[in-house]
Amino acid sequence: MKVALMVTCFNDAMFPDTGKAVVTLLDRLGVDVEFPESQTCCAQPMVNTGYLDEAVPVVRNFVAAFDGYDAIITPSASCAGSVRHQHGTVARRSGDPALEAKVSDTSPRIYELSEFLVDVLEVEDVGAYFPHAVTDHPTCHSLRMIGVGDRPWRLLQAVRGIKLRELTAAQECCGFGGTFAMKNAETSVAMGTDKARHIKDSGAEVVVAGDNSCLMHIGGLLSRQRAGVRTMHLAEILASVEEES
Amino acid sequence: MTATFVGMPPFPTAARRALEDTQLRQNLAFATGTIRTKRANVVGELDEWEELRLAGAAIKDNTLHHLDEHLLTLEASLQERGAVVHWARDAAEASRIVADIAREHAVDEVVKVKSMATVEIGLNEALAEHGVAAWETDLAELIVQLGDDLPSHILVPAIHRNRAEIREIFRRRMASVGRPAPEDLSDEPAELAGAARLHLREKFLKAKMAVSGANFAVAESGTLVVVESEGNGRMCLSLPEVLVSVVGIEKLVPTWRDLDVFLQLLPRSSTGERMNPYTSMWSGITPGDGPQEVHVVLVDNGRTNALADEVGRQALRCIRCSACLNVCPVYERVGGHAYGSVYPGPIGAILNPLLKGVGHDAQTDSLPYASSLCGACFEACPVRIDIPEVLVHMRSKVVDAHRGQRPKGEALAMRATSRMFADPRRWAMALKASGAFGTLAGKLSGRHLPGGRAALGRLPWPASLWTDARDMAAPPKEPFRSWWRRSGRADAERRGRHGSA
Repeated sequence: MKVALMVTCFNDAMFPDTGKAVVTLLDRLGVDVEFPESQTCCAQPMVNTGYLDEAVPVVRNFVAAFDGYDAIITPSASCAGSVRHQHGTVARRSGDPALEAKVSDTSPRIYELSEFLVDVLEVEDVGAYFPHAVTDHPTCHSLRMIGVGDRPWRLLQAVRGIKLRELTAAQECCGFGGTFAMKNAETSVAMGTDKARHIKDSGAEVVVAGDNSCLMHIGGLLSRQRAGVRTMHLAEILASVEEES
Repeated sequence: MTATFVGMPPFPTAARRALEDTQLRQNLAFATGTIRTKRANVVGELDEWEELRLAGAAIKDNTLHHLDEHLLTLEASLQERGAVVHWARDAAEASRIVADIAREHAVDEVVKVKSMATVEIGLNEALAEHGVAAWETDLAELIVQLGDDLPSHILVPAIHRNRAEIREIFRRRMASVGRPAPEDLSDEPAELAGAARLHLREKFLKAKMAVSGANFAVAESGTLVVVESEGNGRMCLSLPEVLVSVVGIEKLVPTWRDLDVFLQLLPRSSTGERMNPYTSMWSGITPGDGPQEVHVVLVDNGRTNALADEVGRQALRCIRCSACLNVCPVYERVGGHAYGSVYPGPIGAILNPLLKGVGHDAQTDSLPYASSLCGACFEACPVRIDIPEVLVHMRSKVVDAHRGQRPKGEALAMRATSRMFADPRRWAMALKASGAFGTLAGKLSGRHLPGGRAALGRLPWPASLWTDARDMAAPPKEPFRSWWRRSGRADAERRGRHGSA
């Protein structure tokens, strides 16, 4: 199986440790992962802001970059959702049947990290060790756009040393929402403030999620509040082993 | 009444003001939380809930697909049973039809059943211009009307008010329009309802004409259906001599059987009840029983525009249950007025631009962006309207409507972003620049995130929209792809490829 890592533009620029963690984790699980260097972005920022024409060349680059891989793994539920559910719309917009055909070929091969681990590799215990109090924020797109269900939670439960904490109103949006965080900044912050409060109340030291974008918003608020809680991507906890912790 | 949605500011401005209203925040969090729990409980009781949702969506889709034929069937059935059918292209035409009927009967007041369509067309204001007072008889609509206020929720128009505020409105305003509130009125819900009952009883007994909407219009039998909780609707539908019903053309269901699905979906989704207390159904005129003159005004008002939109047309499945409002984290915090329309919340964010068209006014254009796209609305919708999908679609309509004009900052930024992401070399250069900036800015700020990562300081506009309330990590010096190269994996990958070739 030829496996590609789609690190996402956001992680490439802002959260490289998440990409490294995915590589470390897959190495440990015996998966030979490649990083197609011509990858850039899934085009979600353009699509979700309404700029479909601007998304077309980005999707074109995407399908070219990931051509020929059996599985494309990404540590972002939101970007996985974009590839799975929005690339078709962008391709139709282009009016180019060749792009439509390529998209319908590429889109089904996208896997969010927890989907790949649980469904394809069929592992839940990835041999991780993380002796900290952790709460999980199930991101909206992981829950309601691609439907990962309790896969992240099952993966976390198998981590040795971890102390999992329940999060109140866990399934409620943190308020990030892409450009929503800027266009409706006050509403976004009002939502995030409640999320941060529930995280603090959970008693966790670390809040984990499958999307660094949501975590940047949540973490930004927690940091401003000096709440004493840090954010980590699921991949980084799953990549942790005893020597490092 | 002077309150109006006309001239409301775009959503971000209206939302900002609403967020400052602590009483509103308190009232909404309590009320939406309560209804959410009730709904979840009664929906959870039904094993076949998903099948019901699918059936509801399918019936509506099939109906909308042949709406032209079904509407003619409905018209014929209604006429056969003695109703007068009127067709209205827009709000003004619909209001004029109702006002004309009122004038023919020389009435100066009408009683009203709670109806979204009549608020949508601005009927009360139009009737007032003709010297006809329209009395709202639904408790929440009455509170809104007496308070010279605007509805903020589809099902519970006064959801933004608590009982202390309602008591104050009743004591202050009831006397000026009819029977005053009792001197010793407390804010006990039963007492408030009692005061409304006495006040409204006089209106019911006096009125010669009633105006209603309809939750459903059954084409095969010419039956209109009103689903309600308080019985005020039943009074309006049975006591007056003349009944006028204003019905959006999408309210149609072809057969009586179809009601089976919707009368299960609607109460559970809206009030969180297994069944609503009152379901009134009437087919034209029944001699000697109820109104002896029955009119039905079938209103388009943008619905055929919405129907022409391949992605957006699913919004016409809406049965106005409000489930999407009650689960929406944005609505819960800003309330209904921020949406500047009788249709607030997630459904309003798509329905208003679909009905009114985009590209004409900043308020309507702002609505598709009034969402974090969290998807809670789609999950709750009893007729499976994929609201996030339509929101994103409407955003593209807004953007497209402005193409050809001089591009604003956002459009320019998106074009630049597109060019950057279309070419991996440009993206690699941007990453280098971002790393250099991050390293410098992180050092200059001297700030750190919990866990120790370097953070940026406060940034100028537009980045201040982020940093005003949230800290922000500094972009790291080494992006992922540079690490990948440095780790030697890129070379191994290339060798591997050559080896296997």
